[in-house]
Amino acid sequence: MHDEATFRVKAGLAEMLKGGVIMDVVTPEQAKVAEDAGACAVMALERVPADIRRDGGVARMSDPTMIRGIQEAVTIPVMAKARIGHFAEAQVLEALEVDYIDESEVLTPADEANHIDKWAFKVPFVCGATNLGEALRRIGEGAAMIRSKGEAGTGDIVEAVRHLREITGEIRRLATLDPTELPAAAKRLQAPLDLVQETARAGRLPVVMFCAGGIATPADASLVMQLGAEGVFVGSGIFKSEDPARRARAIVEATTHFADPERVASASEGLGGAMASLESRKLPEEQLLAPRGW
Amino acid sequence: MVGVLALQGDFEAHRRLLDGLGADSREVRTPADLAGLSGLVLPGGESTTMALGAAREGLDRALPAAAADGLPMLATCAGMILLDRDHLGVLDIRTQRNAFGRQIRSFESDVTLEGFGEPMHAVFIRAPWVADHGPTVESLGELDGHVIAVRSGRIVAVAFHPELTGETRLHRWLVDAAAAF
Repeated sequence: MHDEATFRVKAGLAEMLKGGVIMDVVTPEQAKVAEDAGACAVMALERVPADIRRDGGVARMSDPTMIRGIQEAVTIPVMAKARIGHFAEAQVLEALEVDYIDESEVLTPADEANHIDKWAFKVPFVCGATNLGEALRRIGEGAAMIRSKGEAGTGDIVEAVRHLREITGEIRRLATLDPTELPAAAKRLQAPLDLVQETARAGRLPVVMFCAGGIATPADASLVMQLGAEGVFVGSGIFKSEDPARRARAIVEATTHFADPERVASASEGLGGAMASLESRKLPEEQLLAPRGW
Repeated sequence: MVGVLALQGDFEAHRRLLDGLGADSREVRTPADLAGLSGLVLPGGESTTMALGAAREGLDRALPAAAADGLPMLATCAGMILLDRDHLGVLDIRTQRNAFGRQIRSFESDVTLEGFGEPMHAVFIRAPWVADHGPTVESLGELDGHVIAVRSGRIVAVAFHPELTGETRLHRWLVDAAAAF
């Protein structure tokens, strides 16, 4: 008998993605470039975050035709984004049989109080988080994978570093607490007690954690892997750069060899220009994506 | 010392399982990392990513050479695909990738493997099956009429993930084979 779509199977796919690079793509051709460069999955979307920033307006789930085209172009897992709280978009993505749904702050939120009930789906979800409480709330709602948010579409790594350090630092603090202190910690984190207890016991999140938002170079990938990410999402960083195929291969290589500076150095050579960047500290409040999500 | 191929995939889960069995392990990313190993795990992950990484590192030559020297190997899921005729050519098998379907069809089930005793609980994630195999390869088990585990000499390859369920018998087999190598 097949027991389908259990949490173990959902979280298990994230385990298989570890040590890899998930790349944003907007066409089947880009998906093929990503696969040939060694991406472990692609994120199908209509516009990369840098273009969403530039164009403004409401950012929504992608056209199913585009998602199907990408599914036909590659054999690696295909992920797609739904708006925060927009469970009908998620239902459409499930009907398309995407391999993972990203309930993403990069798109314009559809619900300012509630996230999607991810337990109601057979397709697994990845969600963004800026701190441990947010990560555990998402897991409580059924997310089978977490990514630190960073600030998408900027090419600025500073927010990714802030969020990763927030999450890993809180986990280290939890692990030092006496079990009787965990209920108060759960209250402070605004997170489910059972997940706080599980995290404290294991010294790690109950699911795989990748890093997203601002990765533009091989050294950026090495940095976040050394800070505790188990893999990376690269959004605008590849296809907004001068030589996407080469940069994609280089970031894959640096993610595998993140702890070997000589390999990161050789991967970094002669890549051409990185994406046009924005300093996230200089962005006006209303243009920040990371605060979306509750 | 057992190596765990760490180009990409769930190599840490394998290392945790080996730790639990008291076996020393280390990560393998380059041919130099193979020196002195007495066993090797090829983990789950994305087979395309792992195959490209193996070619980049020169492991596409070093791994078949190690297999020819008789290095015991345990391959799970993408690791099994990596060893097939179309990739490293270490096992005389043809695999069908994502044979059970996309992620939405990923599942858990009990399977029985010849020589491994009672049924084991298995997790299949976008899993392959063995579409056909040569005479040097023995089928160890089937699910729904498809071969999902094979053995050839000192190599065992399975389509599922014992490392995700805490199933230790396959790793125990590898550790024993490594001790005898």
